[in-house]
Amino acid sequence: MGFPDRIERTVELAHPPEKVWAALTTAEGLGTWFGTAGAQIDLRPGGSAWMRWDEEGFTADMRVERVEEPAVFGYTWHIYGLPEEDPRRTYVEFTLEPSGAGTRLTVVESGFAQLPGDVHRKAFDGNTEGWAKELGELADYLDAA
Amino acid sequence: MPPDIEAVAEQVFTALADPTRRAILAALASGGPATATDLAGRLPITRQAIAKHLALLAEAGLVTAEPGERRRVRYRLRSAPMQVAQQFLAALARDWDGALGALRDHLDRGAG
Repeated sequence: MGFPDRIERTVELAHPPEKVWAALTTAEGLGTWFGTAGAQIDLRPGGSAWMRWDEEGFTADMRVERVEEPAVFGYTWHIYGLPEEDPRRTYVEFTLEPSGAGTRLTVVESGFAQLPGDVHRKAFDGNTEGWAKELGELADYLDAA
Repeated sequence: MPPDIEAVAEQVFTALADPTRRAILAALASGGPATATDLAGRLPITRQAIAKHLALLAEAGLVTAEPGERRRVRYRLRSAPMQVAQQFLAALARDWDGALGALRDHLDRGAG
């Protein structure tokens, strides 16, 4: 398959799951090793979170999906590069397993190849007409003023 | 996985592999819908060559033909296939190795 739907990595970390969990699920942790300019997280399923990168001036908005301390942390986020209004998101899940005195951490990000028919159609229609529609609305707005 | 997603991405990358087609797509992206004649006036390519490439791009769903002024066909960029290609690029650009390396450094510094 040439179009990867999922990315998977496993790393061995020389720290217990509790410490790794804190790095993954707290604003202090996420805003330091992942984002470079702070983060915020409401750690419960459905909770919102964000991380910011200064150099790129970029903020990633996330939605917390799974919280099973200290073993599973999952969230969804926007597919980088797609328009903000595109509903497609990838799902990221961290799994922490004790490994000796440390932790075996697995991260799986999936959903890169999703393309449900209705979303496909919406993306086509929405974006081919996007600018023409916006400009039409601007013209209407100006005409009314 | 829908069966067509890879085919859609492949058509985008095939289209972008050719400099003339890149120039046509870039012109439509920056300047909006245009006829083959408009494009021939803006690009250092013959109208015949442009028409040939536009037909190929339309066949691949990367541009759509629509009626323009004076019964000329205008071509409009179709963004959805580009977004499929972007999904592929997003997967390649996602730097989990870098992020996990940063996590390891963060923990080893004792900050975790």
